[in-house]
Amino acid sequence: MGVLRVLSEPPAADAEAEAPVIDVRGLHMRYGTTDVLAGVGFDARRGEVLVLLGPNGAGKTTTIEILEGFRTRSAGEVSVLGVDPAAGDERWRARLGVVLQSWRDHGRWKVRELLHDLGRYYAPYSTPERRRPLDTDELIDMVGLREQASQKISSLSGGQRRRLDVAVGIVGRPEVLFLDEPTAGFDPQARRDFHDVVHRLSDMEDVTILLTTHDLDEAEKLADRILILAGGRIVADGSADQLARQVSGQAQVRWSRGGEHYVHSTGDATRFVRELLAQHGEEVADLEVRRASLEDTYMALVRRHEEGRDPAAGAEFGEAAR
Amino acid sequence: MNPTLYAVRLGLSRGWREFRQTLVSVSDVAWYVVMAVAFVLVLFFQRHSAVKGTHVSLAFAVLPGILGMLVTLGGIQGAASALAVEREDGTLLRAKAIPNGIAGYLTGRIVSVSLGTVLSLVIVLVPGLFLIPGLPDTPLTGWLTLVWVLPLGMLATLPWGAMIGSLANGQQSVVALSMLPFVGVTAISGIFYPISALAGWLQGIAQVFPVYWLGLGMRSAFLPASAAAAEIGRSWRYPELIAVLGAWAVAGLTIAPIVLRRMARKESGSSMQARRQRALQRLG
Repeated sequence: MGVLRVLSEPPAADAEAEAPVIDVRGLHMRYGTTDVLAGVGFDARRGEVLVLLGPNGAGKTTTIEILEGFRTRSAGEVSVLGVDPAAGDERWRARLGVVLQSWRDHGRWKVRELLHDLGRYYAPYSTPERRRPLDTDELIDMVGLREQASQKISSLSGGQRRRLDVAVGIVGRPEVLFLDEPTAGFDPQARRDFHDVVHRLSDMEDVTILLTTHDLDEAEKLADRILILAGGRIVADGSADQLARQVSGQAQVRWSRGGEHYVHSTGDATRFVRELLAQHGEEVADLEVRRASLEDTYMALVRRHEEGRDPAAGAEFGEAAR
Repeated sequence: MNPTLYAVRLGLSRGWREFRQTLVSVSDVAWYVVMAVAFVLVLFFQRHSAVKGTHVSLAFAVLPGILGMLVTLGGIQGAASALAVEREDGTLLRAKAIPNGIAGYLTGRIVSVSLGTVLSLVIVLVPGLFLIPGLPDTPLTGWLTLVWVLPLGMLATLPWGAMIGSLANGQQSVVALSMLPFVGVTAISGIFYPISALAGWLQGIAQVFPVYWLGLGMRSAFLPASAAAAEIGRSWRYPELIAVLGAWAVAGLTIAPIVLRRMARKESGSSMQARRQRALQRLG
């Protein structure tokens, strides 16, 4: 789905000319003697949805925190909305939305109360093009908390709480939104609702979104581009489809003929199927073409990195995909 | 309008809201009730014994000291524990993620901690008015003294509480950093018995800290002028009182913004996570 979206909506020509909203080059982060990030580089254009994947401890949260201005980097160049996050002022902060991994705060506040209160901080930064904050009730509807609007926050379920976090993240109508595992604890309905919110923000409001997740299906649905972070570097950068092709150019074709099942790997599935049908016509049944899934790709990349078989390949790959 | 001033104004309404929330919170109300009952019992049993050599009842003499102690407790402990808890649960980080949120948050906390402290004074004062003969006769000048001693006391203590809350790593260390010294200093500050009964060097130490001076200020507000005879220097020593509390306030208000800014800058999701992890390990 995500792939289709990308193909049917090529970035506008003027977007290409625009400076990237997020620009990261040679980002290093060192804790003591360990390099958590060892030369991370990527960028994001306006309205793009980037999903950052990677094993636990790969540095996803660290990367996001540096971009949010919550953490000082060891080295490298970072710019978000043209500003170095380490020097970002409140005006800059008003243009960001932040959803961190977990909160338990404001338990005694009611949902509407808190959203209204936090929203008011954005009012001085309202512009004619971007009215801030979002209307509280509209926001509550958007994240699906209407029935809980008058409830105390401590009485919300984990998933509802997370919806509230997302709501707080977007109350100021951000131009860039950072989400660290936003859908942890979501049921399928909540997940679907969240995806709708993300699409709405990126399509209608031109919000640039960077989110982390462990759900590869979600990544595939949401991402314009997927970044895979492993061993302190971006080892892959591209659409789910591009990644699959680049890791393994092969697709698997399965079919049956006369009760027998066949599997064939090919670099050009369309051509193979055309020939197959030309040759055997109606005898062919149960035809199925399967590209490497994002999960296959992800596993292959992470494993390749972890085995350290070809440390240079990752970096090259990252560059090639840009 | 200047966004920082605007955020401070939002903070005022935040503080008022949080104060109202404590009034309907079962655990907070229970705390206030237990505190009130404890102090009322103390005062009740002391109401007939007189301070040696005077006609002032012991309860009357102790009550102002308790008020002084409550101001210190509210300022130090109230601010420290609120900050420590809210660094751990993400309130502070939330504030940091929104524009001028920290200014709003801190204003809100100053308001709610101050109101909470005032409430704790009222809770002890009101039953005292009924139990303690002489207390209702406090002249207007006495109440006026309360009106300047109380804010001065809050200014002298609250910034230090906020600093302790910023430096502490979790709630347990708040207790270690604030409660233990507080109990120690209170014990030698002449709250429950005259300071003049203590050794000279202990008196010296006590007079460095705000608790003694707040107790003195409160006694000067409520006790008859003749009671000053029982104090060090046989006087209420207002100049010294203002100098010592003022020095704590100035030092606190100078250093606290630096400490708080440093703390807020270092605050991040992962540091919050790490603290929570440690807290869970201690429980486990």
